[in-house]
Amino acid sequence: MSTTGDAEAAARLVSFGMRPKQLPGRDVVYADLVRRYGEDSAFKQLTNAVAAGLGLMVLDVSTQAGAVLAATDESVFEIKMDSYARQSKIRERRETEKVLHGLVHLAAAALGFPRPDDLANDTYIGRVSVEQVDGVVREACRILDERAAKAEENNDPLSGAPELEQAWRAYARRPAAAATKDGRLASDTTRGMVSRALRFLAEQGFLVQVNGEQGGTYRTSPRYQVQVRELAADSAFEELLALGVVSVGDGAGTLRPSVSDTL
Amino acid sequence: MNLKVAHPSPTTTLNGDASRPNLMVTRRCARRRRLTLPVVRDAELIGGGLADEGLARRLKALACTAPLHDLDARKAKLDWADATVYQMAEIALHTIDQVTIAMDFDTGADHHEVVRRLQPFIAAQAPGRKPDEHLRVGRWVLDNLINVGTADRGFRRVYGSVDANGVYQRRAFDFKLLVELAAPDGEVYLRTTDEAINVLVGALDTDVESAHIAAEVKLENLISRGRLADAKLAAEQARYRTVQYGETLRAKLDATRRDVRAVDWDIEMPEMLDSALSHIESRFRAENAILKNITAARDEAEDVDRKRRAAELVDIVGDCISRHTQLQSRLQAAGATFRAEQDRQQFSGPPQRATIDLFGQLLVPTLELPIADAVAPVEKFFQGSAGLSVPAVPSLSALVSLLLRPAPERDKLVGEVPEPELVPSETLDYYSDEQWRHADELLDLPEVPRRLSGLLAEAREIDPQLARLIALRALHSYSPGVAAAVRQGDDRALLAIDDGTELDDPEFGGADLLLASAFIDRGDSEPGGTS
Repeated sequence: MSTTGDAEAAARLVSFGMRPKQLPGRDVVYADLVRRYGEDSAFKQLTNAVAAGLGLMVLDVSTQAGAVLAATDESVFEIKMDSYARQSKIRERRETEKVLHGLVHLAAAALGFPRPDDLANDTYIGRVSVEQVDGVVREACRILDERAAKAEENNDPLSGAPELEQAWRAYARRPAAAATKDGRLASDTTRGMVSRALRFLAEQGFLVQVNGEQGGTYRTSPRYQVQVRELAADSAFEELLALGVVSVGDGAGTLRPSVSDTL
Repeated sequence: MNLKVAHPSPTTTLNGDASRPNLMVTRRCARRRRLTLPVVRDAELIGGGLADEGLARRLKALACTAPLHDLDARKAKLDWADATVYQMAEIALHTIDQVTIAMDFDTGADHHEVVRRLQPFIAAQAPGRKPDEHLRVGRWVLDNLINVGTADRGFRRVYGSVDANGVYQRRAFDFKLLVELAAPDGEVYLRTTDEAINVLVGALDTDVESAHIAAEVKLENLISRGRLADAKLAAEQARYRTVQYGETLRAKLDATRRDVRAVDWDIEMPEMLDSALSHIESRFRAENAILKNITAARDEAEDVDRKRRAAELVDIVGDCISRHTQLQSRLQAAGATFRAEQDRQQFSGPPQRATIDLFGQLLVPTLELPIADAVAPVEKFFQGSAGLSVPAVPSLSALVSLLLRPAPERDKLVGEVPEPELVPSETLDYYSDEQWRHADELLDLPEVPRRLSGLLAEAREIDPQLARLIALRALHSYSPGVAAAVRQGDDRALLAIDDGTELDDPEFGGADLLLASAFIDRGDSEPGGTS
């Protein structure tokens, strides 16, 4: 077995993984490497090692998604949230801005894969649109607001401690849209943020634009599913656990077929 | 293919808060306990007055009017017009009226349309001013009601409340008067918020249904007594109520469209639809009766003014009826909406492997966290889901094609470009232009240097004030800003030299400086001159 040739092939597979829009189905060499990764465990280990050396993690290699890679901490390939949220105005609180952008990304994934089953099912393709993402978060905010209103005590945010304000209040307060002089979408509105997030995900090969309806409608790619399922959801969930926020979901997900005979 | 927009709603996930070990909260609680012990009696005393929920409600209601007062307070500072003649609060209320009237189920008011409708009203306040100014006043009021220029486009007032432990706390109340929303076609339009409607109608914290009935009864009374001006007011109030009622139902239907289980369709919604339909039925009856009455009043009225008022009233009630019709057709379609959404949202197979419920286990708990705590989970999620950023390596061939690439289309998103409201600076010129010109002439000393005493005497003859300016400029040139003069491109600079002579002057004391103009030789940037 030629080690040099193997190393080159492994590195090539990793480099294919860095081009998210390239798919095994469209490239014979790529498809061959993907097949080899699945069959040859030595090659698999070599590929994982090459990736690790570059500061990458191989999340999954499959015919549908290709090689799905993720950057490890402090890797050169890492996209920092700070740089993503940098555009925002200076006078706004930095953290608020970051949280709003993060919530938008979370909501985009939640809408792309509404039930746990959709995230697990490799053949599932979700659909998201700017209007829906904003609508879903606002709806959740409304429910939380109703709940807060029902609570006995006054839980309006304390004026002296803005960092203790709950995230949903910040989202609900931000306008959905705002008119600008030249008729474009203002970037610091929630719809502006959602539309930016979806376009960003599309550039990363995670979403594919279907049409421009509802502010832009996209479908999810198998790559996005792997990324969310194998890494993002778990690491965010761990953070929540570390904060002591324990939420138990039942196996069937939170959406059940509802039986209603009133209508 | 099953393409859904349904999302699971939170069920078991929203009670994790209690067990969360939040350091900041714990610390505050500890402080609160310390504070509470010695002031128990005081707490009882203030608790009686301040813990009252009604007080907080009244403070919030009061806060809603603040932006309107603020407009009148700031109008004098506008630099583009003398806006003190305009009654800004009136215009603002009128703006809210216009937007409320233009609101229906799908859309709201268009910015330009609202400003256009405002113009006659503004023009009536200052007929002598130009239409351009009226337009600008209208825009200014509208922008301020939206609060353009802040990221949240809303208002915040701080109010105090006493919690269960008797500790006074300052809380923030966020509210909006007009909100901008995007229509399906991407256009941005305006809607009035509940807060604004409540401020406007002046019926705070009341039940929609009963207020509506009260308004109708009042209207009938007024008409039977022939007081048409009041009747018009009551009819308008009834119309705002109708709009508000429609808003409540619209919100419920919207929620259903997103998640059927967010709204209780088992008991609550059917009851609500029933009551809404019977409500509309009774309104139809009442309004048709009123319409018949005032139409008769209009036709029989002898007095021209009264006839006109009655005619206006007929219009308003007619509008009410058409709004009810619209509401009714929506109500009738509501059941079908629910069934369609249920079909669309309920299809779900058994899970294949254990994964996370993104909405219920991640999004909702994160929304509930305080901002400071929410940063970590969203950052982790973002890093996990954002993918890689592959650093670009420049290559010659890529560079050439990069340079030949046509200019990119402009970004669809744009940051807000706020129009700063500038207060004109006060004039700080102590000396007039005339005096400065005289001083320039006196201090133009290209050939022979002169004594300050002589210059002062000469200046005093022209203008007593001028002597002071000359003295100040002489003093300033004792340490001349040569570098600044070079930078500005001046060809000479004034120099003052102290040769030890005492100044003999009734007004000023010190050295009798020798003054001369030094030419700046630009060749080697060194000042050379006659002195």
